[in-house]
Amino acid sequence: MDATILARIQFAANISFHILFPAITIALGWVLLFFKLRFNATGDGKWMDAYRFWVKVFALSFALGVVSGITMSFQFGTNWPGFMEKVGNIAGPLLAYEVLTAFFLEATFLGIMLFGFRRVPGWVHTGATVLVAFGTTMSAFWILVLNSWMHTPQGFELRDGVAHATDWWAIVFTPSLPYRLAHMLIASALTVAFLIAGLSAFRWLKGDRGPDVAAALRTGVVMAAVLAPVQAFVGDLHGLNTLEYQPAKVAAMEGNWETRGHVPLILFAIPDEAARTNHFEISIPSGASLILKHDPAGVVPGLNDFVGKHPPVAPVFFAFRIMVGIGMLMIAMGLGGAYFLWRRGELPRPMLWGFVGTTFAGWVATLAGWYVTEIGRQPWLVTGVLTTSEAVGPIAAGTVFSTLVMYLVLYALLLSAYVATLFRLAKKAKALPEGEGGGNPISLARPVPAAKA
Amino acid sequence: MTPFLPPELLPVVFAALMAISVLAYVVLDGFDLGVGLLLPQAADEPERDRMIASIGPFWDANETWLVLGVGLLLVAFPTAHGAILTALYLPVALMLLGLTLRGVAFEFRAKASTLADKRRWDHAFFGGSLLTALTQGWMLGRYVIGFDEGIIAIGFAALSAIGVAVAYSFIGAAWLIWRTEGALQRRAVLWARRALWGVALGIIGVSLATPIASERIFHRWFDFPNILLLAPMPVATFALIAGLAALLRHMPLPEDALRRLPFWGAVGLFCLSFAGLAWSFFPYIVPEKMTLWQAAASPESLSIILAGALVVLPIIAAYTVLAWRIFGGKAMDLRYD
Ligand code: HDD
Ligand code: HEM
Ligand code: HEM
Repeated sequence: MDATILARIQFAANISFHILFPAITIALGWVLLFFKLRFNATGDGKWMDAYRFWVKVFALSFALGVVSGITMSFQFGTNWPGFMEKVGNIAGPLLAYEVLTAFFLEATFLGIMLFGFRRVPGWVHTGATVLVAFGTTMSAFWILVLNSWMHTPQGFELRDGVAHATDWWAIVFTPSLPYRLAHMLIASALTVAFLIAGLSAFRWLKGDRGPDVAAALRTGVVMAAVLAPVQAFVGDLHGLNTLEYQPAKVAAMEGNWETRGHVPLILFAIPDEAARTNHFEISIPSGASLILKHDPAGVVPGLNDFVGKHPPVAPVFFAFRIMVGIGMLMIAMGLGGAYFLWRRGELPRPMLWGFVGTTFAGWVATLAGWYVTEIGRQPWLVTGVLTTSEAVGPIAAGTVFSTLVMYLVLYALLLSAYVATLFRLAKKAKALPEGEGGGNPISLARPVPAAKA
Repeated sequence: MTPFLPPELLPVVFAALMAISVLAYVVLDGFDLGVGLLLPQAADEPERDRMIASIGPFWDANETWLVLGVGLLLVAFPTAHGAILTALYLPVALMLLGLTLRGVAFEFRAKASTLADKRRWDHAFFGGSLLTALTQGWMLGRYVIGFDEGIIAIGFAALSAIGVAVAYSFIGAAWLIWRTEGALQRRAVLWARRALWGVALGIIGVSLATPIASERIFHRWFDFPNILLLAPMPVATFALIAGLAALLRHMPLPEDALRRLPFWGAVGLFCLSFAGLAWSFFPYIVPEKMTLWQAAASPESLSIILAGALVVLPIIAAYTVLAWRIFGGKAMDLRYD
């Protein structure tokens, strides 16, 4: 294998590992704030118990997000020196603003949020929680600004083959940013909704039926019921926007080879790039035309218009179906769960097991979504400006390969430790005697003043 | 955005910002890593818990200075970033492995179900800290002599690796003197005394080896009038080391007096060594190969970053001070509630 492929695999492996944790921390910060505010408003200890359990999950996820993020910040330079040489004048300031406005904020207030409970007044602690949640969201904003610019670049000119900024406003607010930002933030919220619902259902099934578990479960289910349909809607808008700016990507998502009207919506098929056709196709007639053009006869561009300049079809095609499939499942489970909670006040056992089974469904959908977006951009790294093969560095394949193996082993270990720890925390939570680590609101109302230095 | 500084000045300003970030990083994460290096010396598990608790609220923000330093290198001097990180590809990867192990061990050890499991993460904590310290020192050594190959260059890098690890354990011990009490504090004094010897040897060794390894640095140091301008630095360094040695012989003092002093002394040593390095390199950013101006990004882009940095850095400083005040006293058990 050549160094380019290896560098790509390595970058993909690292960022795939990294995004798992932001996908949790971005939304979980706000959920923790919700628990805290509910407690402040009602004084009901169950909210504090829920906070206490989930703040542990947050801390663990944050640590993994930070260490893998540090790896990412080195990878830009080591794996894609050509990227920085050509578009560094644009990518640089965006990355710098992320560090300055987001990373320091979240990292500093994280300490106060996690360990400051007994040292600061209640409102300072709540404020720290707000700032951490805000910081993670800001960091998502900046990195998605950069990523969206790479997909739909504007606001720059090329001088001697190097991009120079001409309009920062245009660079920050590119056409795909609003959709990508909204879709990613909701993806994070859904990932968290199913994580909370799944682990809480697990605790419930294991006989751990405290009011805090019920409250968390309800929070997760309601989040899923509200946000999963919204996500499908936003995703659809995102796709329409992509059709305008990156038609080859949409053609690959739809598995559509010919530009024509009445394009069917393919539910399943095996795209064959060599023969430029699909096998075993199951489809709804005119469905894709209807979705993309709101007209059964609407003409949708096909891959054959982009021969040699479109992304690999099969990975984009399948990843898209995985994401949308999980999206549909999430809508069904969210609405079903909400229905049972509303009519019966509890979930039937099979449904609880269903939530346990989909604890990490958000991860799968998020990764699938990123694969659609990123592989769908190929062969471009920055659409129309820079191709991936132009950006790769001079590192020998053997070196890249050995570090790749190192990262993969490390990630496999950490991921299994992470999942095992979450379930162990869920099991252990019950073992705590009443009140221990549990809802003792008094300690909250009277925080111990900061110890003197 | 139109540059609001003369364009020739911008690279210097950015080099200074980068130097500040890197210095902040080696001091701040230096004491975190140093505490990690000292972990095996602890008497028992509660002592290890206490040591780690003393850095728990800080390490994440401390590590962010590394991200800023590398980020500034990346954005302000993109060609130098490519050249440096390409030359250091493998040690960077190993450092990232170390940082990862150390960072996750904080959380995993706190949530371990059995003592054996916790001990495993303690080892990861120590191993990660050691790997990070050694690779950082190694990279420093490689950088100083312009990524030369050959046995001397490798030997120099190895020396530098050990030197940095020792320096980190010194500042880590000094931190523990400030932040702990009782038996642990007394042990930390012992560790600091021992490490200080290593630091002195390391500084002498590196100072002797550097001008030998690099002719340009030799002239930088010993040509007239540089040698006169430079002379106060080694004097100040050795006065500081002697003062610290004397102080440590008597610590801990009654009423815990001067408990902060070893730490700030260590910070002084770090600053002096760093200033020496900066003096040796300016205006090169890749030693012997590329100057600041050759490597700098476009002035418009640097200006927009600078504008942001000037607004945000004071705010970062303010809330960093806030966090240091909140977690000011002796280390307490870390609890989420
Ligand atoms: C949409 C969200 C998102 C995406 C696509 C990325 N990140 Fe990230 N990153 C975050 C969202 C995030 C976060 C939520 O802010 C994290 C995760 C947990 C955390 O501590 O902060 C974070 C942490 C984090 C850190 C550690 C920050 C700290 O010390 O607190 C670094 C250096 C990076 N990231 C760098 C990157 C780079 C170079 C990326 C792209 C190539 C990237 N991240 C993609
Ligand atoms: C966080 C979720 C993300 C995931 C899961 C993801 C996934 C991927 C994958 C799978 C590739 C390989 C594509 C291929 O080579 O065929 C890739 C490439 C790349 N992505 Fe992303 N990506 C994410 C976010 C980002 C962001 C936010 C940026 C930049 C700001 C980015 C920049 C890049 C770059 C520079 C490459 C390398 C060039 C390439 O191979 O296309 N990615 N990503
Ligand atoms: C249910 C219907 C859904 C539709 C129609 C949909 C649509 C899309 C489309 C068209 C893209 C590609 C954007 C591009 O052109 O680059 C995309 C990307 C993505 N999707 Fe979805 N999606 C759905 C559900 C979900 C779910 C449930 C999740 C996660 C929980 C998710 C997470 C993502 C992510 C993280 C990306 C990559 C980031 C981005 O470009 O926005 N999607 N989605």
